[in-house]
Amino acid sequence: MYEFTIRQLHERLVQKEISATEIAQTFLEHAEKGDKTLNAFITQTPELALHQAEELDAKIAKGEELSLLAGIPCAIKDSILVKDVACTAGSKILEHYIAPYDATVAQKLREQGALFVGKTNTDEFNMGASTENSAFGVTKNPHDPTRVAGGSSGGSAASVAAGQALCSLGADTGGSIRLPAAFCGVVGLKPTYGAVSRYGLIAMASSLDQIGPLAKNAEDAEIVFEAIFGKDELDATSLDYEYKSLSNLDFAKLRIGMPKEFFGEGLMPEIEKCLQSAFQKLEAAGAKIEEVSLPYAKYALAAYYILNTSEVSANLARYDGIRYGESRAKSQKPIANSLLDVYFQTRGEYLGEEVKRRIMLGTYALSEGYYDAYYLKAQKVRTLLQKDFDAAFQNVDVIMGPPSPFLPFKIGERSENPLAMYLVDLYTVPVNLVGLPALSAPAGTAANLPVGLQIIGKPLQENLLFAVAKGLEKL
Amino acid sequence: MLSSSKVQHIAKLARLELSDKEIVKFQKELTSIWEYFEVLSELDVSKVEPMTHAVPLQNVSRQDIAKPKSSEEAQRLLKMAPETKDGYLKVKSILQPTNYA
Repeated sequence: MYEFTIRQLHERLVQKEISATEIAQTFLEHAEKGDKTLNAFITQTPELALHQAEELDAKIAKGEELSLLAGIPCAIKDSILVKDVACTAGSKILEHYIAPYDATVAQKLREQGALFVGKTNTDEFNMGASTENSAFGVTKNPHDPTRVAGGSSGGSAASVAAGQALCSLGADTGGSIRLPAAFCGVVGLKPTYGAVSRYGLIAMASSLDQIGPLAKNAEDAEIVFEAIFGKDELDATSLDYEYKSLSNLDFAKLRIGMPKEFFGEGLMPEIEKCLQSAFQKLEAAGAKIEEVSLPYAKYALAAYYILNTSEVSANLARYDGIRYGESRAKSQKPIANSLLDVYFQTRGEYLGEEVKRRIMLGTYALSEGYYDAYYLKAQKVRTLLQKDFDAAFQNVDVIMGPPSPFLPFKIGERSENPLAMYLVDLYTVPVNLVGLPALSAPAGTAANLPVGLQIIGKPLQENLLFAVAKGLEKL
Repeated sequence: MLSSSKVQHIAKLARLELSDKEIVKFQKELTSIWEYFEVLSELDVSKVEPMTHAVPLQNVSRQDIAKPKSSEEAQRLLKMAPETKDGYLKVKSILQPTNYA
């Protein structure tokens, strides 16, 4: 059953060959068995999934029409709120927090009848590229358990790759959907900034965060995207637009740009070789491939980490032991004496290393005397990068390249050196800075490890990205 | 290299209590990451506007009318608070008591 596509499972449900309850039971058992080692889930939610399945089976018995996502097991990143379910954002500070409401995306999937099988593992507050920064253990790569699943949406990618769910939701601020999708051999989309509501997503960097779908194939990811996109009154940055899926893309009409900056020094040769053969297939199908240049891309990582950490320092100020989360005002340890101590000690004790590091970097960048030279400058680098992409898109329809310079690395290999971990996102961060949509699709293997192909489009061209990915699957 | 007092100052601004070991560790890490950021000093962006959104989006507003919530919803939120009393969040005193001799 885990091998099915969404449409295939939907057909069987509609034809009454299986029930929603059977679907739920099958996936839940499979997840329960495998997750002891995989660790894709922070919280599995069997009661919720079975309850949803029961309600759905009742609807089926009454002959009600079913949406495509009805009865489809879905896993949700633990930084996205699902009502009445624990939501930790991968952090000790929210270890006992129960979501009081649904994120808009969760509510939309619920309305479609999707089955929520659990909350997936994430780097703490989405900060990381390997899920090693989670307070609840690392998620192993389903293809090689000595290696990372990527991050921060490692659990979301691994659960789909391992057949514990047929689709999942992740969040991407600098590559956190695309990278684990590439590392686990699944499809992952980061939509245009504003395409999907961020209401109910525990915020990291508000000008960069986006929620997106992960699935085994492009069509499934597209089905999920169609259910979650759209304007939301509760997210002032969300966009109002219509989505029209594209079918039967004619590769002969496609112009592809390969940024030379994404194929330079630092890219593992095995990845380059693998992508070259993907490009050959595309050319054989008629696509035109030409080199493009994004000269300001070399400043993207620095600009990204200044903006990310600055926004993080503001967004994480709310974890102060006052309204929610763990608190030293009332704990087993020595209770804080003063209000100030509540802040210092709660945050000092319950926030992880990477989180503290980023909060401090951001606090420094925004402090008196530094704002112009760092934060404001980084905001201007975004404009320069936007101009680079605009210029490239004059001549090409999509831009393609590796999502990361590295293959899935060994657990522990990069966790001692923060900069080494930041470099993993080298090719994904430029996309978030400019707010463009980008997708990672499986493009073969190197040394038996999955290799992903990143496909970047103009704003609101998710349909083209999916069409290209669907076409690529057939080549 | 960022000084220990600089790191302590930043931690104080960020309301983070750090151990001595953490201060030493962060001195090294913040310094090396900050050095990486220095690549931006190559750029002259004086004539560039900061970017605000991927697509042009004007100020999004709504009517300034309160949307009432149910008391049940309020209860859910209060349940997550470490300390409450009579429907209020209870916090440590914000005004220091004076000692009267």
